[in-house]
Amino acid sequence: MAMDYSEKVMEHFAHPHNVGVIEDADGVGEVGNAKCGDIMKMYLKIKDGIIEDVKFQTFGCASAIATSSMATDLIKGKPVEDALKLTNQAVVEALDGLPAVKVHCSVLAEQAIKAALADYYKRQGIENDISKCADCENGCCGHDHGAEEA
Amino acid sequence: MFVYADNAATTALSETALAAMTAALRDTYGNPSSLHRKGQEASDALRHARETMAHYLGAQPSEIYFTGCGTEADNWAIRYGAKAGAAKGKRHLISTPIEHHAVLHTLQALEKEGFEVTYLPVYDNGVVRLEDLEKAIRPDTALVTVMYANNEIGSIQPIPEIGALCHEKGVLFHTDAVQAAGHLPIDVQAQHIDMLSLSGHKFHGPKGVGLLYCRKGIPIKPFIEGGAQERGKRAGTEALPSIIGMAAAFRESCEHMEENRRKVSALRDKLIAGLSRIPYSRLTGDPVNRLPGMVSFCFEGIEGESLLLRLDMAGICASSGSACTSGSLDPSHVLLAIGLPHEIAHGSLRLSLCEYNTEEQVDYILEQVPQVVRTLREMSPVWAHMMENRENPYKD
Repeated sequence: MAMDYSEKVMEHFAHPHNVGVIEDADGVGEVGNAKCGDIMKMYLKIKDGIIEDVKFQTFGCASAIATSSMATDLIKGKPVEDALKLTNQAVVEALDGLPAVKVHCSVLAEQAIKAALADYYKRQGIENDISKCADCENGCCGHDHGAEEA
Repeated sequence: MFVYADNAATTALSETALAAMTAALRDTYGNPSSLHRKGQEASDALRHARETMAHYLGAQPSEIYFTGCGTEADNWAIRYGAKAGAAKGKRHLISTPIEHHAVLHTLQALEKEGFEVTYLPVYDNGVVRLEDLEKAIRPDTALVTVMYANNEIGSIQPIPEIGALCHEKGVLFHTDAVQAAGHLPIDVQAQHIDMLSLSGHKFHGPKGVGLLYCRKGIPIKPFIEGGAQERGKRAGTEALPSIIGMAAAFRESCEHMEENRRKVSALRDKLIAGLSRIPYSRLTGDPVNRLPGMVSFCFEGIEGESLLLRLDMAGICASSGSACTSGSLDPSHVLLAIGLPHEIAHGSLRLSLCEYNTEEQVDYILEQVPQVVRTLREMSPVWAHMMENRENPYKD
């Protein structure tokens, strides 16, 4: 298939899971910018420390859509603490790998979830130290946060 | 349904070219440089192919140099055209920002070697203006290189007028005619073209062969050294079956140019009219002065690679100038040069038709593209932001 995408990537691109908006979300995070060609927005519904529901909206290439789909699958029904530990490598592995030039999409997915969780903590009035890079504050282009190529 | 709509990338080999090549591969295996009968048979076939190419370009056979591709012809013409100027102390070149990379990268290399390049503005329709060229030409201008027609947006440049102006000012004029050859009438004499590059596989010929037309008297030096082929200007045993295939395809395309143009431009116009009905879409390139088969659009709120792959899943082969398809963070240099912002250029789609396409295929494209665009928009946060203060056309 095109760009050496794995079958898993194409499956999640063709039929993405968890697409949409949660109107009464407990946390919302958006990363990326349209200039670079990728934007991800994540919505979380959290009850008793568990991510009950998650939805995403993504503007971007096939791998951006597939990583959003897979990342939301990986955190749905999980405790918030587990979601915080989700790494882009875990998303890449779950998709059976991404082409090297597309690994940045998985970084965006990780950042989008972290941004949504940071928003959740903020709304709860809880102090948090969820790491964000300065560039991501200004609209990250999904640069590599130290992740190795899958 | 399967629809191949990426003819600006490459075309299917014509039956005529295939038959000519098959015969050449089987029978005409001699080396045209050999003196024996098998060599002379090959030499005759080579001469015949050269005469065909020259005839349909309005050139002399002695002005045709076969190359390995259009890119080689571009590199050769510009590099050695510039050097011929430098020998007379002229180190200024003129081009456009929407050229193919075969031209742009050669110009950038020459800039590093001390040449100065002026890039003419192309405005929102992707066409240069003669007054800008006239102002840009200087006493030390060695070469003007402007593509005949653009490979992403289809805009056709005023080539005869550019050629006339260059000749009036005594400046060498090269055109990259890779997208135009076989589709638009070319006459190097009437259109005042000094050097022209073309490639076999854009008009149903084979890949791996092209040519440079270089007007008699231009002191162009060999790009590839090592033999007496092509009158000592381009060494290497001639790829005779490919050259024969290119000539067969070129003859066929030129003989049927007018009927193909009518058929293909009618399909193009139907497709353009249908895609224009998609909300927040825009045609890129000149609406009138465009290649017969070129349909190029940007759809706001979505990204081109997703669009392309979803269309591929529906059986439609197309192309995009988005960053994700280029492997860089920037979308196509052509779309940026005609003034489109990055976020809109990311949502580009190119459908390039040929005479093998049918009206049924165009109808199928018109059924699929609006659906795919809508699906991608409905998952796009950019589209959602856009619709915050507007009426969403997809709301029932």
